[in-house]
Amino acid sequence: MNNIQLFNTDVSRRAFLGQSGLGALGLASLLNPALMAAGRPQIDKWPGVIKQLHHKPKIKRVIHLCMAGGASHLETLDFKPKLREMDGKPMPKSITEGQPIAQLQGKRNALKCLGPQHDFEKFGKSGQHICKLFPHIGSVADDIAIIRSMTTDAINHDPAHTLMNTGTTISGRPSMGSWMLYGLGAETENLPGYCVLISRGGGQDQPVAARQWHAGFLPSRFQGVQLRSKGDPVLYVKRPGGVDVDRQRDVVDAVQQLNQLQNTTLQDPEITTRISQYEMAFRMQMSVPELVDISKEPKEVLDLYGAKPGDGSFASNCLLARRLAERGVRFIQLYHRGWDHHGNVKGAMQTTSKLVDQGCGALIKDLKRSGLWEDTLILWGAEFGRTPMAQGSGRDHHIKGFSVWFAGGGIKGGTSYGNTDELGYNAVENVVHVNDLHATILHLMGIDHEKLTYRFQGRDFRLTDVHGKVIKPILT
Amino acid sequence: MAAEVLPDKVDYNRDIKPVLSDNCYACHGPDAKQVKGGLRLDSYEAATRELKGGLRAIVPKDVEESELVYRIHSDDADERMPPTESNKSLTAREKALLKKWVAQGAEYAKHWSYVAPNKTSVPEVEQKGFTHNHIDRFILKALKAEGFEPNAEADRRTLIRRLSFDLTGLPPTWTEVQAFVNDKSPKAYEKLVDRLVASKHYGERMAVYWLDMVRYADTIGYHSDNHETKPLYRDYVINAFNDNKPYDVFTREQLAGDLLKNRTQSQLIASGYNRLNMNTREGGSQPKEYTAKYLADRVRNTSTVWMASTLGCSECHDHKFDPFTSKDFYSFGAFFADLQETPVGGQKFTPVPSMAQEAQLEELKERQKGIEKILNTQTPELDKALVKWEKNQVVWQVLQPVKAESLNGTQLKMQKDHSVLASGKTPDKDTYTLTLKNVPEGARAFRIEVLPDNSLPKKGPGRAGNGNFVITEVLAKSGDKGIALQNATASFEQTHAGDKNPYKKWNATSAIDGDIKGAEFGWAVLPQIGKPQRLVFEVKEPLGGKNEVTFVLKQNHGTKHTLGRFQVYATAHSSSKITAQGSVLPPNISSIIAIESDKRNAQQKNVLAAHYRSIAPELSQARKVLGEVKSQIDGKQKSFPTTLISTSMAKPRMVRVLPRGNWLDDSGQEVKPAVPDFLQFGKAPEGRASRMDLADWIVSRDNPLTARVLVNRLWAMFHGRGLATPLDDFGSQGAPPTHPELLDWLAIEFMESGWDIKHMVKLMVNSGTYRQTSVSDQKIVDKDPYNLWLARQGRWRLEAEMVRDNALAVSGLLVKNIGGGSVKPYQPAGYWAHLNFPKRSWKADAGDALYRRGLYTYWCRTFLHPSLAAFDAPSREECTVERVRSNTPQQALVLLNDPTYVETARIFAERIVSEGGKDDKSRITFAYHEALHRVPQSRELELLSALVGKHLKQYQADTSAAEALLKTGAKPANGKLDKAELAAWTSIARVILNLHENITRN
Repeated sequence: MNNIQLFNTDVSRRAFLGQSGLGALGLASLLNPALMAAGRPQIDKWPGVIKQLHHKPKIKRVIHLCMAGGASHLETLDFKPKLREMDGKPMPKSITEGQPIAQLQGKRNALKCLGPQHDFEKFGKSGQHICKLFPHIGSVADDIAIIRSMTTDAINHDPAHTLMNTGTTISGRPSMGSWMLYGLGAETENLPGYCVLISRGGGQDQPVAARQWHAGFLPSRFQGVQLRSKGDPVLYVKRPGGVDVDRQRDVVDAVQQLNQLQNTTLQDPEITTRISQYEMAFRMQMSVPELVDISKEPKEVLDLYGAKPGDGSFASNCLLARRLAERGVRFIQLYHRGWDHHGNVKGAMQTTSKLVDQGCGALIKDLKRSGLWEDTLILWGAEFGRTPMAQGSGRDHHIKGFSVWFAGGGIKGGTSYGNTDELGYNAVENVVHVNDLHATILHLMGIDHEKLTYRFQGRDFRLTDVHGKVIKPILT
Repeated sequence: MAAEVLPDKVDYNRDIKPVLSDNCYACHGPDAKQVKGGLRLDSYEAATRELKGGLRAIVPKDVEESELVYRIHSDDADERMPPTESNKSLTAREKALLKKWVAQGAEYAKHWSYVAPNKTSVPEVEQKGFTHNHIDRFILKALKAEGFEPNAEADRRTLIRRLSFDLTGLPPTWTEVQAFVNDKSPKAYEKLVDRLVASKHYGERMAVYWLDMVRYADTIGYHSDNHETKPLYRDYVINAFNDNKPYDVFTREQLAGDLLKNRTQSQLIASGYNRLNMNTREGGSQPKEYTAKYLADRVRNTSTVWMASTLGCSECHDHKFDPFTSKDFYSFGAFFADLQETPVGGQKFTPVPSMAQEAQLEELKERQKGIEKILNTQTPELDKALVKWEKNQVVWQVLQPVKAESLNGTQLKMQKDHSVLASGKTPDKDTYTLTLKNVPEGARAFRIEVLPDNSLPKKGPGRAGNGNFVITEVLAKSGDKGIALQNATASFEQTHAGDKNPYKKWNATSAIDGDIKGAEFGWAVLPQIGKPQRLVFEVKEPLGGKNEVTFVLKQNHGTKHTLGRFQVYATAHSSSKITAQGSVLPPNISSIIAIESDKRNAQQKNVLAAHYRSIAPELSQARKVLGEVKSQIDGKQKSFPTTLISTSMAKPRMVRVLPRGNWLDDSGQEVKPAVPDFLQFGKAPEGRASRMDLADWIVSRDNPLTARVLVNRLWAMFHGRGLATPLDDFGSQGAPPTHPELLDWLAIEFMESGWDIKHMVKLMVNSGTYRQTSVSDQKIVDKDPYNLWLARQGRWRLEAEMVRDNALAVSGLLVKNIGGGSVKPYQPAGYWAHLNFPKRSWKADAGDALYRRGLYTYWCRTFLHPSLAAFDAPSREECTVERVRSNTPQQALVLLNDPTYVETARIFAERIVSEGGKDDKSRITFAYHEALHRVPQSRELELLSALVGKHLKQYQADTSAAEALLKTGAKPANGKLDKAELAAWTSIARVILNLHENITRN
């Protein structure tokens, strides 16, 4: 049986049975908005395929802060004094021989170490080593769990992002946000359950494909929706010229009533769903502009983030992430596209860290004071790391060892897990793969990653493909 | 089939294989490396073998002795199969089926889709009004067996609407609906089908489905997602369906059109199929890695498109459910190892002129030949003219330097060709003094030829770092007496950096002006360096019989702008004016002219005649025409469309099995092109198998998959689901067909008809099964929710492109041209903001291009047009056989607010107002006729009348709002119509275009 039909029918039928008798209201209601409002259809909220969670969940939602382009682990979270000693000296061939390599290909014989370009400091009671360029992240060092032994399979941006989001480098698979919506459903009736925000600055802009928040072979209702800082905040959310809210409401109400009229003869669950989706669409036209308008946030909140309304910055997006979280959005993804530092890693890290650091720290503090901290998970990290070897004054792509951090519900703050070798090349202790990150996130949401599957082309697909281990030591 | 009732005879393919495959094969299936406990359940021999410890999983007809039956029923968690950690479990019915199957002897059968279709006789059943052709007889028999009756035939308005969408992707017009409703002919329906299948829009509709599968797009897909459009391939597909190209030919042309004998341009374009995969230009990408990715992509695509096989699953390991091995995967990929491509970087496009364009080019080349013949033929008239011309030629005599001196220490060496070459010290400024002999008697002009030389910077002719020089002044003396110079000209005069120069350029005149405007200015030639240049000047009085002259060449510009190499010539020619442009013959011609005419040999005569023809005024018209023809040829060739095609390399890439799909691992065995081992039939080709062999194998009558796969997909186009599901997996994990005999009958019919797609389409839509109404009793729907048994038609939302096409067609905006390049309708600003390398933005087209059908919309893989994406159009990064049909708020937002849909509503409103009569009722009725092809009910009329009345009042009170609404989209509003009225009716049009019914095919 086709899964899509299965649950479409299932859900629609339930929605159909539960709906109010809209058809009976008819004409009178159109001319009397108050009467119409009483009879407006319910939103058919997707409940998720998992009827009973596999175990007690720690979190309800995820905020993924994606440092697109590949932030250097050697100037963020992975302190390597030995690399500094070796600065300018040849990289030992024993380490690099036979390894995949990106732009440094053809230069194998001239690979030289590039020492950390910035100093590290111990932050918080836990004394976590974090680069001095990130004092705001440092200020929440006791809340975050750093993983310094990440590995991935893809050495170019596009496939590496695809792996980070979908668990495989092959296009066409659902991204993790889509999996979570599919599994757990949405908590919001007025907003999409999976939202994406993008900012730039600090390095050459990484292209980020819509594939990254695509639902793949899952139905498109599980797709991420991009919130934009310029133009319509959500595509097509703006009413046409000359159509005010009331007139738009009239048009939607008429559509709803005519559809309902059809449905009294046809009893088609698709019509019922359509009615529900028009209601959601209409609400989004109100809720989205309200959501993205941060100008009414108190000044101290804006200052905490360093956000200016309408600037489209990472800081503003962090504030929006909190607003999305409090409105029940399940999966929130922030991309900052400025981390591809092939040249001048020293200066570029200074610039990019300034654009990103404060928002990260502020988000954690703000979630704590708004009571969302306990059931929100934050993942901070890039699609891969950067080479300990110099590429001129910069660093090349690197997949054998890099760092990320988690924070929030269910996470043991002030801890670290795993290590790379003394030059920051290979993850050598407690190696973590991208699939393990996914397993851990699902675990915190109360899902056994091996049990959330979807049948496509005859195979039960998972976010974690055929791999994935929960990283228990960083969990409370 | 009711869940509690077991079939009398358990059928392996229908009842058992899906259960074993889904629950057991992961550990006890075809993947040899994963087998647990030495047990495989995918064949009779393996499943009945004695295992370690003497047990046997299956003992045929002996339920008690069969370990399998015991284990699946066991209550002990340690013993129970499938084990808890597999997250699999069997239903009571599945357990009962397995038990009964073992009891009946555990007969295995080859998987249904790997056995050739079986020709069964058509059931002998009839039902008046339903059995229109054999399809219905198969369906009717199954319906009766399941306890159903066929549904009534749909009414004619529904039928024409359904047929129009299914066969052309466009709605019918109200005139067409009425004509069909009133057609009294007993063959009215079949006539309609014939008309629609013959429509040019049929090809467009079928192409949408094909382009999804082959992942046709206008961009490369990876990372920077650059532009890479191939509309000629799209046109090929549209034309192939319209021309009803047999499916076997269609297949061969795409997989191997380049390998066909006497291949046509169209076949070359078709071979572009092999180049439709995503590719990358990302810096730092390793060619080897991407070559492996492209191979895998092609295997996935070809095996899914033609075979509905998930061969792609064997990239890393043997298939878990089907008998494909990892070696099969790479051997299949090796068929494509001959394709020339750029692993990382832009792909090379090939010009593919149409036949008309080729003919035009040929004609131009013929003309060129004709003119060249004229230009190459010497005639007596030309001979005469040549003699006359020769007399007027300036003959230059090279002067022989006898002394060359530098003021500032430059070494000047006299060369054999009588040139002077400077070397040694390079002073900033210098003055050369030369004594020259061999001056002809009565000399009237001199020429200084500056020459390139390999010893000079940038090859000279000057000694400055950039190869330039400046001759600031030339003085000539005969004995002690100065020679007055005039009319200086040069082959080229430098304008670069001429701002401070009083002449605004570095001209010839300034070299004989007595330095009155400044000593540093003179003649120079940047950027025309590295080649000969000349400076020519006349003497005011012809020289007498003096044999020697002295030249003083001042070079006072500075920064080493001195001469590197040069010669001096003189002439006594008496024509009126001697200039640098007109007076210099090529050296070989000069030397021929210097020979007396009767002493020239034949070759010299020919060379001279040819030279004359190249400048003869008598031939100037012919030369002009030749120039025009040549530029036409050039322009023609540049105007040829280009596309990506398959080009076979003499030496194909080596292909190895990549262990676990790892491209860095070179330890796997080398493989040659081969089809999957278990699907071998017929004779293997001699030598290395080619893509043509692959195509022949795919469309061989012995191939059990190809015909079934296509007819099943055609069936799904007309019923919303295939007879076998899913459409892209005919392997063990797919469901076996509900009507295996019908599927086989259709497959055989398809092959026997000569792979005639239109024949199959007509057969399907002419059937009574297709003609049923989709409205059905709720009891029937509850009994068969997925419509497996077809006791009704299906009802579903239109596909993304059709949603657009329908709105455009209803409004009258649709531009119905077929084919051509991709177009850009309106798209929200900034939607491409996250593309880079390079950054780009979408610029909407103007005019007709805004109103083309959806299949021509520019297909950007990473950011597909959001209106299409909202309605489930796939990104075409991978093969899509079955689009999902979702129902989302984004769809509502698109139909409500996308300018395309507001504009169509506005233009539809113009039609309603101008063609729909005067009163509200007749206008609403008109709108319903045009959009929904039916008469509105009274409730609908009331509701919409109320709305239009309300909005009319509002827009009359607020005309600026009405104007704002009417400005949406590029098409100007009809100024003759009342704005408030138009705006109010735009509300009505928007309501109708947003109706579920309007975007539904039923």
